[in-house]
Amino acid sequence: MPADAAMAMDERIKTEPFFARLMKRPELGAIGGVILVTIFFMITADSSMFTLSGIMNFLTPAAQLGILGIAAAMLMIGGEFDLSIGSMVAFAGMIFGVLTVNLGLPLILSIPLTMVFAAGVGAVNGMIVIRSGLPSFIVTLAGLFILRGASLVGLKLFTGGSTQLRGVREAVEGDILAPVFSGDAFGFVFRWLSEIGLIEKFRSGAPKVPGIPVEILWFVLVAAVATYVLLRTARGNWIFAAGGDRNAASNSGVPVDKVKIALFMATACAAALVAVITVIDSGSTDARRGFMKEFEAIITAVIGGCLLTGGYGSAIGAFFGAIIFGMVTIGLTYTNFDQDWFQVFLGGMLLIAVLFNNAIRKRVTGER
Amino acid sequence: MTIDTKFHHGDPVNVAPIVEMRGIEKHFGNVIALNGVSFDIRPGECHCLLGDNGAGKSTFIKTMSGVHKPTKGEILFEGQPMSFSSPRDAMEAGIATVFQDLAMIPLMSVTRNFFMGREPKKGEGIFRRMDLGAANDICVEEMRKMGINLRGPDQAVGTLSGGERQTVAIARAVYFGAKVLILDEPTSALGVRQTSNVLATIDRVRKQGVGVVFISHNVRHALAVGDRFTVLNRGKTLGTATRGEITPEELQDLMAGGQELAQLEGSLGGTI
Repeated sequence: MPADAAMAMDERIKTEPFFARLMKRPELGAIGGVILVTIFFMITADSSMFTLSGIMNFLTPAAQLGILGIAAAMLMIGGEFDLSIGSMVAFAGMIFGVLTVNLGLPLILSIPLTMVFAAGVGAVNGMIVIRSGLPSFIVTLAGLFILRGASLVGLKLFTGGSTQLRGVREAVEGDILAPVFSGDAFGFVFRWLSEIGLIEKFRSGAPKVPGIPVEILWFVLVAAVATYVLLRTARGNWIFAAGGDRNAASNSGVPVDKVKIALFMATACAAALVAVITVIDSGSTDARRGFMKEFEAIITAVIGGCLLTGGYGSAIGAFFGAIIFGMVTIGLTYTNFDQDWFQVFLGGMLLIAVLFNNAIRKRVTGER
Repeated sequence: MTIDTKFHHGDPVNVAPIVEMRGIEKHFGNVIALNGVSFDIRPGECHCLLGDNGAGKSTFIKTMSGVHKPTKGEILFEGQPMSFSSPRDAMEAGIATVFQDLAMIPLMSVTRNFFMGREPKKGEGIFRRMDLGAANDICVEEMRKMGINLRGPDQAVGTLSGGERQTVAIARAVYFGAKVLILDEPTSALGVRQTSNVLATIDRVRKQGVGVVFISHNVRHALAVGDRFTVLNRGKTLGTATRGEITPEELQDLMAGGQELAQLEGSLGGTI
């Protein structure tokens, strides 16, 4: 701050300590959570959890959930919910499976087409919410059932009675785009690192970790793009404004309806991306894909500092929220605890996060 | 209807008005909300529009700011007949309205609120982004001009007092080129100190050559800064008075339509 401004400072305002400033960041809770969970598993879990392969092990599910969670966080900041994203994963998976297996389209066509389908469904969701003025909670709850049911019926229709569509791996074999959406990236780096002895290798000489699973790269990319959009672009400002107070925003010239519909479309596309990655990875798609993911994504966003009332939150927070999620899911298998503690843990985290966020919001707005 | 002899239409100051409204009528179905209202606003003056609840103040400013289309009557903007089809049109022409809800979002920073919907940008293509540095500097500077030292441009609006928020809204409108600033009861929810801050802000804005339309039902606040006073009662203007021509009691009387309040005042033994 320039000297003259410092002199003109209001004498009634105390200088804020660094810690208090930190407390106002929406993502603080999630980062604190990651540290706590890490300490917890450092003490209780087998030491192999924090080896390179162990880390990849828990980051992979974190990444799949995180892509959904970040999209859900953006939508929540924009003041809406989407409960249909879990079912959207199954629906988009079905579309993608049909396009690649039944129609034999290459990925360069099938992936964009899947995205277009998903975006279309997202736009319809958004349009209904905007036009009717109903809470998105109830509109997308309908979407949750409709899409899940449509995936079941559709899969049976296209496979002749089965709820699983196989043969995706064979269909995408050799496709130039396949490495972008499946397998491990940067294999050569890991081979080189193992050769010079920096990372562990099998007796055969191959590194224990063959590379970074691509979903982790997508996860990081989505987090980076979302953060950039939210904090550094005018669109980001509109998202916060639309969620903060739609009347105030539209009185100031923010195209609130367009912003919200675009967010619904982006969320559906994120679900489609997760569908494409996981379907190629497992080689088949089924109607249970993405089951309960809508709730997990919302929990991720809330742990990441999003307020349920909208207008506040962060993509980085959701990023760390997803990592907490992955650590807890996978981490419990490294401990002696019963794995079914997972859901208790999850509910507990959610409760703590909501209480914490509420306190933070009061600090930010200076409510008394 | 009796018109006090001290009232006169028109004004001795010979500056062309920015906005002139003649014989405005607005009907909602069979309800006549405005029944012949004439009003004008000149650059650098504060024209107070006074009226009790239900007098038609809100309908009138909504007509002026482009929300409503008048049923009858004409609006001249800088001498030209004008018909605004949306508040956005009016805003672009230079008529800014600060409504009571202020169009502010408490959880967002002052800068983000200040530039909401009109963000300064830099960069090209996909790297086209909000110029936060410039936005922060402008915001702090504009607020300092209005006499408010922000803790920082990232301070949330929720932490500001009501008067400060009002000032942010006014500073924003002025910064974005308002020629006419319509303030809808800016002091109605404020304490004494905050009210005087807002009145001081109005004075600063007026000195910059902006025409301020100050809507209020508080005669004292109006008299403190107003140059001219127009009273609206039951959808009609009762005339315009210039500063020094009229006493608070007379204004009060006109607002209430005369008789009833006079009796009330007698029984209460003071002014309201």
